[in-house]
Amino acid sequence: MMLTAVFAGFVLAALAPWLTARLGGRVGWLFALLPAAIFVWLAGYIPAIAAGESFYYHYPWIPGLDINLTFLLDGLSLLFGLLISGIGTFIMIYAGKYLDGHQYQGRFFLFLLAFMASMLGLVLSSNLIALFVFWELTSITSYMLIGFNHEDEKSRKSAQQGLYVTVGGGLALMTGLVTLAMVGGSYELVELLGSSEVVQEHALYLPILLLILLGTFTKSAQVPFHFWLPNAMAAPTPVSAYLHSATMVKAGVYLMARLHPTLGGTDTWMIVLGLFGAATMFTGSLMAIRSSGLKSVLAYSTVMALGTLTMLLGVGTPTAIAAAVTFLLAHSLYKGALFMTAGNITHETGHKDFRDVGGLRREMPVSTLFGGLAALSLAGILPFFGFIGKELMFEAVLEANTIGTLITLLALASGIMTVAAAAIVGLRPWFGVRKPTKHTPHDPPLAQLLGPGVLASLGLLLGLLPFIAERSVLSAAALAIAGEPVELKLSLWHGFNLPLLMSAISLLVGLTIYWKWDTVRELLQARRFIDTLGAERGYDAIMRALVVVSEWQTRVLQNGHLRYYILTTVMTLFALLAYTILTRYPVWPGVDFSGIELQHLVIAVLIVLAALVAVSTHSRLGAVATLGAVGFGVALMYVMFSAPDVGITQVLVETLTVILLVLVLFRLPGFLDLTEHSTRLRDAIVAVLMGGVFTLLLLMAIDVQFFPSISEYFIEHSYPSAHGRNIVNVILVDFRTLDTLGEIFVLALAAVGVYAMIKLRAEDRKEGDRP
Amino acid sequence: MKIESSIILRAAGHFLLPLLIIFSIFLLLRGHNEPGGGFIAGLVAAAAIALYLFSMDIQAARKALYVDPRDLIGGGLVLAVLSGIPAALQGKAFFTSLWWPVELPLLGEVKFSTPLIFDIGVYLVVIGSVLTIVLNLAEAEEKS
Repeated sequence: MMLTAVFAGFVLAALAPWLTARLGGRVGWLFALLPAAIFVWLAGYIPAIAAGESFYYHYPWIPGLDINLTFLLDGLSLLFGLLISGIGTFIMIYAGKYLDGHQYQGRFFLFLLAFMASMLGLVLSSNLIALFVFWELTSITSYMLIGFNHEDEKSRKSAQQGLYVTVGGGLALMTGLVTLAMVGGSYELVELLGSSEVVQEHALYLPILLLILLGTFTKSAQVPFHFWLPNAMAAPTPVSAYLHSATMVKAGVYLMARLHPTLGGTDTWMIVLGLFGAATMFTGSLMAIRSSGLKSVLAYSTVMALGTLTMLLGVGTPTAIAAAVTFLLAHSLYKGALFMTAGNITHETGHKDFRDVGGLRREMPVSTLFGGLAALSLAGILPFFGFIGKELMFEAVLEANTIGTLITLLALASGIMTVAAAAIVGLRPWFGVRKPTKHTPHDPPLAQLLGPGVLASLGLLLGLLPFIAERSVLSAAALAIAGEPVELKLSLWHGFNLPLLMSAISLLVGLTIYWKWDTVRELLQARRFIDTLGAERGYDAIMRALVVVSEWQTRVLQNGHLRYYILTTVMTLFALLAYTILTRYPVWPGVDFSGIELQHLVIAVLIVLAALVAVSTHSRLGAVATLGAVGFGVALMYVMFSAPDVGITQVLVETLTVILLVLVLFRLPGFLDLTEHSTRLRDAIVAVLMGGVFTLLLLMAIDVQFFPSISEYFIEHSYPSAHGRNIVNVILVDFRTLDTLGEIFVLALAAVGVYAMIKLRAEDRKEGDRP
Repeated sequence: MKIESSIILRAAGHFLLPLLIIFSIFLLLRGHNEPGGGFIAGLVAAAAIALYLFSMDIQAARKALYVDPRDLIGGGLVLAVLSGIPAALQGKAFFTSLWWPVELPLLGEVKFSTPLIFDIGVYLVVIGSVLTIVLNLAEAEEKS
């Protein structure tokens, strides 16, 4: 069942283009059935998991390497699984309508379903390698979705940026996870969760922590890697709502929460997560009120939320963890709703900026209601679920002992700016003066209202009845993060205390900022230096350097001159061989001349003479002929030493070489002394060195026998097991079939390469009239 | 490269082509026990077509081959990969060889086997690769 749940998404993804072509936009309702079914199935586990149980599933994958498909279903993975499948259901329905009639809607659903399956796999995996594979799959599907409008250059650039940043972090993460597994003695999360002492006292703890954090920080858009997330808004709105706010960007947060029992609790953990989280929270909220695009305000407020979650995990007290799970759920609900509403505004009016819309409440009353409800939850107003999350957050930072004052101040500042951002999102498009729009807006159809409606209403419902969320999943999730039971005590009213005061301050000051938003925004935008902060400039510099380096190495190594390719290859081979021979096997081989007969000597001398003529002749045909003589001489040698197959092959290859040479002979430039004397000397030296080292190698191969020869085995078993007396052929097609398969693929590729070169030249010639 | 080939070569080409192709098939089939096999047989067949190319012209050579050499490459690779599958279906390791001795009238016992199928794949890939290069080079030569 677990395997089916995870992989059904991939299967459906493969069918998506076909189904979409048949059914059109209505197919969204069909695709929504899968996440809905997964949601119901996961919800069935709620009673058991709320009672403290967890479920473990084991399917062998590569048992030899200790890599298995193992799944762990506990409070944390249940919370994420419910979010992914629940929000996914509404996103599918929404996208069916939002992209109705789009040329590539089928492709869109393919990526979206594949993403959903990868994300589920990521949060349910217990094996670190499997988890990492799913992690990378989410990066790749996200890349495809950001670049969905691939004809737009900005889309492509943003997609590439998102991919490089997250996959670059992914490399660090992989190193970190493998090291963690080596130190902790297992690839299984279930076993690692109990080995925190071993890991934290190990000398490699700090590298492990930093590597893993590099992966999670890039994925979850923490400062200074936050720049990719607002750029990712180039994706269609359902993607922004799903991947870049509710689920994928929380993968980093998920992993930090997941590994909290193993890695968390140390001073380093607290300071690094606390500082970076708080900085991200502050940056996100500041940038949110500094921008004016519908989606960029929401994107930066997502950055704020991701920072808050990281900071809370860093603080790590029971209150902080309670705050983290509450805030996580609240954020997913209102941010999903807000993004879908923003998409509806753009869809209906054709505008993408808060400055261009206003007074839409008469034409779009239902959207106004849902957008407003979600914005109230974002602002953290009583009695919404967002309020509870925010109160707990303030409570947690107030009791943080390390760097407590600093993060409390930052939390208050971002609380203020978040209220302002919520007001921008929740008031600006609906109230005030009606601004002229490109299209006449209406409330969108049901498919586009269902998601915002349900998610925003849940934000209110859970605020009024917080024990529903607490008893079903949040307590169990907090238990999984803390590693011990945590009492959440979610309630709307905590009495008059410091967090309530902070809420009141942020509400008042936030609304004041909103009142003067245009002035504040312009003031902030005039501070251009803010744009230069963050690592985006570093990213750009790295990308430029990459181009410079690749141009340089292409110029040096792949300059289009065959002679330099050969020179490079031969010299590299020589250096490696000579180094190995000199350092590893210092015994000089003896030379044994016994057993040499006259005819061997004659052929050998002939080969040498032919080679000498080939390098010194001034006639091309002469060179071809003498090289042929060398080849036939070698073939004769094979025949004499009873290798007829190899001999025949050599003869045939020589023949075909002559045919090929005949075909191109007239094409080649005159055979002149084009090269300098010094170049020829260099070539001679290279040739002698290479010849020398190969002679040495052959002599050593005869002289030194490191392993018993395998040819005995082949001779013995060729007929009894493989029914063949020709050992060469039996080796080729039976004992070593896989090698031969590889070789014929190489042969085929070489033919394709030559074919392409001939065709390209022919085309060049056709267009050869141009200067 | 439009050179009128000699009448002797042209006459010989007519007779040599079928003989060489049959010889190549002979080499292919005896390969398991005597010198031969897919690689050598493929080279012989390719050389035979190349000889025909020189004695006639490109159109004649293409016609004698019946199929596009590029298709031979693809077909050969597919055949070679397929030959590994029967063993996998029986739960053995991929490419484990399987043998089916068959009694045929006139010929006596003939052994069909997956290595033979694999060898035929090699044969086709070699012919296809060599002739893709030779025929296209010859065409490029003719055009210039």
